[in-house]
Amino acid sequence: MSTHTSPIRWLRRAWPVVVLATLLALGLAAPLVSGAASLGFFLEVLIGGLMAGVLYALVALGFVLIYKASGVFNFAQGAMVLFAALATARLSEHMPLALAVALALALMIGFAWLVERLVLRPLVNQSAVSLLMATLGISFFLEGFGQAIWGNDIYSIDLGLPKEPMILGAKLFEGGILVSRDDLVAASVVGALVLVLGLFFQKTATGRALRAVADDHLAAQSIGIPLNRIWVIVWSVAGFVALVAGLVWGSKLGAQFSLSQVALKALPVAILGGLTSIPGAILGGLIIGVGEKFAEVFLGQALAHWFHLEGGGIENWFAYVLVLAFLLVRPEGLFGERHIDRV
Amino acid sequence: MLYRENGQFKTSYDADQQLLPIAQDRWFVIALAAASFVLVPLAAGDYALRALIIPFLILTIAAIGLNILVGYCGQISLGSAGFMGVGAYVAYNLTVRVPQLNFLVTLVLSGGAAAFVGMVFGLPSLRIKGLYLAVATLAAQFFLDWAFVRVPWFTADSTSGSVSTNPIVLLGWSIERPVDKYLLVLGLLCVLTLAAKNLTRSHIGRAWMATRDMDVAAEVIGVRPVVAKLSAFAVSSFYAGVAGALWGFVHLGSWEPAAFEVSMSLNLLFMIIIGGLGSMVGSYFGAAFFVILPLLLNRVPEMIGIDVSTAMKSHMEAMIFGGLIVFFLAVEPHGLARLWAIGKEKLRIWPFPH
Amino acid sequence: MKRNTAMWIGWTAALGCAASLAVSAGAEDAKAAKEQFFPLLVYRTGPYAPNGTPWANAKQDYLKLINARDGGVNGVKLTYEECETEYIKTDRGVECYERLKDKGPTGATLFDPQSTGITFALTERAPVDKIPLLTVGYGRAEAQDGMVFQWNFPLLGTYWTGADILVQYIAKREGGPEHLKGKKFALVYLDAPYGKEPIPLLEERSRTLGFELVKIPVTSPGIEQKAVWLQVRQQRPDYVLLWGWGVMNSTALKEAQETAFPRDHLLGIWWSGAEPDVKDVGEGAKGYTALTIQYGAGVSKVQSDILKYVHDKGQGTGPREEVGTVLYNRGLIIAMLSVEAVRRAQEHFGKGKPMTGEQVRWGLENLALDQKKLDALGFGEMLKPFATSCSNHIGASYARIQTWDGTKWVAGDLYEADQKLITPMADKTAEAYAATKNIAIRTDCKS
Repeated sequence: MSTHTSPIRWLRRAWPVVVLATLLALGLAAPLVSGAASLGFFLEVLIGGLMAGVLYALVALGFVLIYKASGVFNFAQGAMVLFAALATARLSEHMPLALAVALALALMIGFAWLVERLVLRPLVNQSAVSLLMATLGISFFLEGFGQAIWGNDIYSIDLGLPKEPMILGAKLFEGGILVSRDDLVAASVVGALVLVLGLFFQKTATGRALRAVADDHLAAQSIGIPLNRIWVIVWSVAGFVALVAGLVWGSKLGAQFSLSQVALKALPVAILGGLTSIPGAILGGLIIGVGEKFAEVFLGQALAHWFHLEGGGIENWFAYVLVLAFLLVRPEGLFGERHIDRV
Repeated sequence: MLYRENGQFKTSYDADQQLLPIAQDRWFVIALAAASFVLVPLAAGDYALRALIIPFLILTIAAIGLNILVGYCGQISLGSAGFMGVGAYVAYNLTVRVPQLNFLVTLVLSGGAAAFVGMVFGLPSLRIKGLYLAVATLAAQFFLDWAFVRVPWFTADSTSGSVSTNPIVLLGWSIERPVDKYLLVLGLLCVLTLAAKNLTRSHIGRAWMATRDMDVAAEVIGVRPVVAKLSAFAVSSFYAGVAGALWGFVHLGSWEPAAFEVSMSLNLLFMIIIGGLGSMVGSYFGAAFFVILPLLLNRVPEMIGIDVSTAMKSHMEAMIFGGLIVFFLAVEPHGLARLWAIGKEKLRIWPFPH
Repeated sequence: MKRNTAMWIGWTAALGCAASLAVSAGAEDAKAAKEQFFPLLVYRTGPYAPNGTPWANAKQDYLKLINARDGGVNGVKLTYEECETEYIKTDRGVECYERLKDKGPTGATLFDPQSTGITFALTERAPVDKIPLLTVGYGRAEAQDGMVFQWNFPLLGTYWTGADILVQYIAKREGGPEHLKGKKFALVYLDAPYGKEPIPLLEERSRTLGFELVKIPVTSPGIEQKAVWLQVRQQRPDYVLLWGWGVMNSTALKEAQETAFPRDHLLGIWWSGAEPDVKDVGEGAKGYTALTIQYGAGVSKVQSDILKYVHDKGQGTGPREEVGTVLYNRGLIIAMLSVEAVRRAQEHFGKGKPMTGEQVRWGLENLALDQKKLDALGFGEMLKPFATSCSNHIGASYARIQTWDGTKWVAGDLYEADQKLITPMADKTAEAYAATKNIAIRTDCKS
């Protein structure tokens, strides 16, 4: 078989993706072209969307890690973020922040161990649906447990991040372009995290073992990799990611119950990227972040103008509908592995 | 000894295929129905009817619907509350704009509207499976949430976004007292349960179960996935729509879009997991469990004498739900219905062990 | 065998629970003769808990105070029970209402749902069950018209009076109402009945005064506001009016800081101006101005009584530091109004007897608290004298401006809403409501 597909052949196979991408690009350019937004504001929303997307990707990384290594979709990731944030916030009231973070990390590792013993081991070999429901149960439990111990108020996490924004290009654009400083710091944290995770997976023995387990459980077991210990490690790493996400989001919003709702936004990000790919999660996050903000700001105004639907709230469903449309054309996500059904 | 099946020979195919082949079962169900229609209204107080029994009955209808989709057809759906909302709002609009319609007709129409919406949002199931389908149904849920809040047509242009209903009048019978509401919902539940049970025993039910067990193999032997999956979505959403209309009209009286948000979908999913996937009686058990647990949590600490704050009670409710989900999935994946079935099996051969 | 035993244990436990439940559901509470039952609808969990908790704590503390210090109301002890609603869950509010409305010797005294959404749902049921709804500073704005809304009491303020006062304040800042012409105000509101309530009045004022009103809804619970504030930046309004609750408030202030919207042009209704909303933001919210329904700050006589009779005896519902905060004080006022309504009803219907909902309704409708009475109750510095009547279910419509200086709220001027504008609006809306619901307008009103 030839290794070069002619452009026509490729187009015939991939036309749904091309159509979807074109529609999205048109939607992106529409506010600028129609004059609904000045270039400055357009760039502002674009940058804001990219930042928001990176933050979603941070939470989505937890989903990807666990799915990659154990095939379980962890519905409880949001609850883990909440628990880690609450633990840090409350502990830091009694001790220096660094110590509080270390203790919170220890708690997340303990949690990972408990999950492996009490949930994953009894449910081994059950269907994906059962495991999904089990993580749903874990999320309810963890939310209730976290608030029962730490409380329901808004607790602040003070990371010392700068809150005032930067205004760039005030001479070029009217009012300048607003770039949020703490979002920039958060984005660099995410970048650093992805680097650290990448190094961990590629260079360390444990990382290699994790990749082996992700590839093929049985083969990994047959060469002596202890599956149970690997799962504890995976959930601990996901707990670490949840802690970072909890710190970043918690310093933005305050540690409170609604923090777990952020995971509902990160879910489509993980799926869009393809559940087994870390770069996919980042790219998916960027796409959804931008798409969401554009839909909320511009599509909302368009709807208000044409259909008298006084704007707002599109953010909640846009990411999901976008992912739905994408899954229809490419069921495995951006970088996911092709799933082949066998009878 | 109790279940003396001696002498119960069937002489026709119809008799063999009836819903309750064992005579004792038939008598039990008839007695249960008689007790529900006659004894319960006499014995139960207004509060028990209003706060426990009526929500239990309505949630059972919704749980049966979701069980058909998730338990019998194997398609995960996290958007069932959205379809309930469709039923509720369509019923509201019909009673406001076409008040002459009989309420039962309104119910059927609102169920039909929900079925249509369910089919539309079920179309992705033809391409997407499993977890990804769950995300697709979440898209339906959030979109419907938004539509109810934003599109003024749904709430008949109410400025506050909340709608309120007048008491139902059915052929001159004004349904205001809890007893009347109870009888209406009970009657509807009986009819709908019978319909669902028969659907699952028919060829379409077998198509659903084939799709759930091995969808590719089912397609190979001629079960059309379009028909199977979309019909499951349609029937499930019909039930959800009827349940939603009853929830709004009979139980709540007035509601906002927040009454049908994603937490209700998750609760319905819990109900059918704990009750038992793929089982009619499991829907009943799950709904009963869901309604009783908060009440237990409220009463038991008082009875023991421990003072628990309302916040802690909410948290414990969440913790117990979550813990029980995991427990049931690990110990008895087929839920309370399986325990019930085991019990019946034991009763059939009692006092012999096997 | 293991499964069998487990099964039997499980079934026995289930049957035992069901039996005990049936018994307890059927059993009546021992009806003590002299008790007044107060149902407390609260939210201590969920995104609105930070604001709901101090309110709920204050209500309980005040009831405990009356029992401890005064021995109840003329010897009638006050009992109470809390029920969790999570603010936004109307169906839970209705469930709590149904569960608690018949408790106590004479049924529930009144309901303070702590939520406009739940108020809407209960407005239909309250007249049937004959239990008044006390909605201090929230609820339906048109309910101030007692001729239609016999059972609703939005005492001391509604969202129309609050919106009007905010407009007056802006007018004063700008040098007069004529300077409002051509200005742009943005209303950032929670997409719930609470947030939508002020819109009719603001639109009316925008028509008469000539300012432009931009409405930007925020979906509950309001933790995602980046797009909202980007839109605010695009619109460049002169002032932003914040109608938020719970986590939405602090998030709004944080996003305002992050999009560099001048906080001194950010104005909040009295539910958006309390410590949980600004504590987290601290210096970043400096200059933020909000209304407050109780005017006068800090700790006056009633708070010190509570510290003495309740907290010092270890009976405090919440933390001691909470006493004297904005929302706590407001909860105290609400509880005080409930108790005073009972007291007033007792003066008319029989001292020392528990009052029914109908009698308490009369009490609420004939409430007159002058300065002497307020001082005696310990609220002299917190409230101005007011009186309700049959047609006037609001009593008074004052509010004070307060500004956050980075560490505490600093009190400003007192304003009164323009009832000459609001009362006709409320009456008209109430009449339209009466027409749709077939409610007869009362004819027994003398005033």
